[in-house]
Amino acid sequence: MDLRVRALESILVEKGYVDPAALDVLVDTYETKIGPRNGARVVARAWTDPSFRDWLRRDATAAIDSLGYSGRQGEHMVVVENTPDTHNVVVCTLCSCYPWPVLGLPPVWYKAAPYRSRVVLDPRGVLADFGLSLPPQTRIRVWDSTAEIRYLVLPMRPAGTDGWDEARLADLVTRDSMIGTGLPLSPGAGATAGARP
Amino acid sequence: MNGAHDLGGMMGFGPVEPEANEPVFHADWERKMLALTLAAGAAAGWNIDASRFAREDRNPRQYLNSTYYQIWYLGLLRLLEDHGLIGADEIAAGRALRPPAPVKRVLAADQVVSRLQQRVPYSRDTNAPARFAVGDRVRTVMMTPAGHTRLPRYVRGKPGTIELVHGAHVLPDSNAHGRGEAPQWLYTVAFAGRDLWGPQADPSTTISTDCWESYLEPA
Repeated sequence: MDLRVRALESILVEKGYVDPAALDVLVDTYETKIGPRNGARVVARAWTDPSFRDWLRRDATAAIDSLGYSGRQGEHMVVVENTPDTHNVVVCTLCSCYPWPVLGLPPVWYKAAPYRSRVVLDPRGVLADFGLSLPPQTRIRVWDSTAEIRYLVLPMRPAGTDGWDEARLADLVTRDSMIGTGLPLSPGAGATAGARP
Repeated sequence: MNGAHDLGGMMGFGPVEPEANEPVFHADWERKMLALTLAAGAAAGWNIDASRFAREDRNPRQYLNSTYYQIWYLGLLRLLEDHGLIGADEIAAGRALRPPAPVKRVLAADQVVSRLQQRVPYSRDTNAPARFAVGDRVRTVMMTPAGHTRLPRYVRGKPGTIELVHGAHVLPDSNAHGRGEAPQWLYTVAFAGRDLWGPQADPSTTISTDCWESYLEPA
């Protein structure tokens, strides 16, 4: 693939359709600038600021934009809240729709057949693949992103975090907890935060 | 189309295998594919629905045997050729054989960040009243279009409930094929697991898809 893509790139550059410097900026943006730390800030703000949480419920696109996260693949945001009764999980069975401005580009498993095929049929089985086991009475709500609406899961704030500030809370918010295939880290696990997905 | 991309409910792919500390890209060519796809899209101005159809409209064997960015490569070739921007002979030769065709713009490095942050909504104003309201019982239509659609097979002909109303949005079934945006009201429709999968379903599960108005009829 390496040779084929390099050949395609050289043709597109030679024809003047694409600017090599722009390609570098595109890669750098998605590799280093836009990622799940953005979403973690949204979640931590919602955990600490009830008016922001209300705004997320009413108009997630505007609320998220107010933190500076907007643009491609985040044009129409809906935030879905986990509660003690309901756990939300997001998928795109048809392709790979994912809220880029808050989570960055999706991981390979999100785009691959095992997740896309099975999470709508056997969500508990898929969550078990992630080591996540929910009480049997918890309702599971799966959101298949078939339009340009992009879903972000608002996980429940972990117990034992009373009085924590936003930055400290954001460190507990994993990417998977905002897709629904994981939970936030618990306060005691903060020391191993480097391993979070 | 009933393609291999429409994966919901298929069995046999094995467990999900999350990768610890996964990098954003796994090879340099994947970086290039992302950047080329976005930059070429800006140049040619094709829409997201046409891009999706270019990726999914292929032999299921090829779709399932390709990695994600391999499918992006195949999709981009299709779009470039369909728009007359490059020829198959040029791909084979690995170099340009003809002068360039006109493009809408060439994305410059200093425009990238602002362009990516720009909101380009898919919602459209409409004078048509919404046919359905939150809580209405509906049934998805049974249809088998050969072209692009965002009504997956696993929710065709199924009863559900309107959960969210999003306003009018560009209709992919039309927009993917150059037939115009044809905006329609868009709804999030919730389906009980049992209604989709029968007795094997987990009874605690609700699944939703986003459905344009023509995908729905009153139940």
